[in-house]
Amino acid sequence: MIKKHWYKILAVGLILYTLWFGLMGDVPRKVVLNESIRNLYFHVPMWFGMILILGASAFHSIRYLIKPSMLHDTKADSTAKVGVLFSLLGMATGMVWAQFTWGAWWSGDPKQNTSAIAILIYLAYLVLRGSFNEEQQRARISAVYNVFAFACLIPLLFILPRLTDSLHPGNGGNPGFGAYDLDNRMRLVFYPAVIGWTLLGFWMASLRTRILTLQQKEHE
Amino acid sequence: MMQSFTALLRHEFLLEWRQRNALGGILLYVVSTVFVAYITFKVVPPLAWIAIYWVIMLFAGTNAVAKSFMQLSPGRMLYYYSTVNPLQLVAAKLLYNTLLLWTIHLLTALVLSVLVGNPVQDMPWFLFTGAVGIIGFSGILTLVSAIAQKASNQSTLMAVLSFPVLIPVLVLVIKLSKNALDGLDRAVGYESLGSLLAINALVVAVALLLFPYLWKD
Repeated sequence: MIKKHWYKILAVGLILYTLWFGLMGDVPRKVVLNESIRNLYFHVPMWFGMILILGASAFHSIRYLIKPSMLHDTKADSTAKVGVLFSLLGMATGMVWAQFTWGAWWSGDPKQNTSAIAILIYLAYLVLRGSFNEEQQRARISAVYNVFAFACLIPLLFILPRLTDSLHPGNGGNPGFGAYDLDNRMRLVFYPAVIGWTLLGFWMASLRTRILTLQQKEHE
Repeated sequence: MMQSFTALLRHEFLLEWRQRNALGGILLYVVSTVFVAYITFKVVPPLAWIAIYWVIMLFAGTNAVAKSFMQLSPGRMLYYYSTVNPLQLVAAKLLYNTLLLWTIHLLTALVLSVLVGNPVQDMPWFLFTGAVGIIGFSGILTLVSAIAQKASNQSTLMAVLSFPVLIPVLVLVIKLSKNALDGLDRAVGYESLGSLLAINALVVAVALLLFPYLWKD
């Protein structure tokens, strides 16, 4: 994991910036969306962060398969856990938003369904990790599942929602990123928000990796 | 290379034939599930027909493939391990499981049609698209059964690990089945069929790529 401090400072700075300008900054007035458009700074970065963090987890698993080392396995484990946390937060922020714009917490939207499936897949990964006694075996087999799951997650998140109609912004004639991005003020908050939240996720994962590594050393 | 692959495939058939009980069990599983569906529903609305069909396929398929690695005794594992190339082994298992699932596919269609009737208007297309989807089923279930076999709570893991991963294939195949049910023009489903083939290719490729790592113990 990155041992430097600059990215932690950057993460805190960007998140403070996001919180301030995300809540206080000017946003375009749109019908139905109104103030809820600010969710773009909190909900969407969770998904971007989740994909990147889960991608990092799959990457560490691949590295483990190529060159078995417990550190790679610990990293894959902690990044997957942070990824699950991000997906749950993304789900929660999305549901609150959906209640006030679509009128229901859960409306079986393709994006909601696919994200629920993604959560199930990674919870299954955590269950799998829990069902081995032998460390090496746990590391190797869960690495295989992690890579397989991530390979299946990609078509799930990007192809399937596009096959059916959806109310989600960016689908079926609903305004998506293109429309929001026309507003430069929002773009100035949105991109830093994505970077800030993602860096925070990696920071959390690195802390968890360090704790787990210390615990492993204590055991030995 | 090819020779040992066909030998392995033949071996799979022989093994299955020696354990006819297991095969019979799976086939009976299909028949009794269909019968339960028939008794509980009596009259099945067309859309529910598709749903029942794929739920039965999902459970029967998971059970059928689950034994492909779990029933291997430690001695036989060791024998395979020292004599067989893992890639050939998994390819043989994959092909065998696909054939097995295709059999279940036909059997389910037959029994369900006899007992509750068949509302599908374009049956050949239904069977064909279903068979394509089953290749993906087979790829996912074969790898997951190899994973679950190593862990402690095998049967729970088999379902927990495979169901969420199966959903993309399931969603596409159900969409194609619905088209066949309504007798829509086949061209309507080409896009979904293309995605299904792409997912199949991905799943099979990743399964073949990853299996050797599971194998070295």
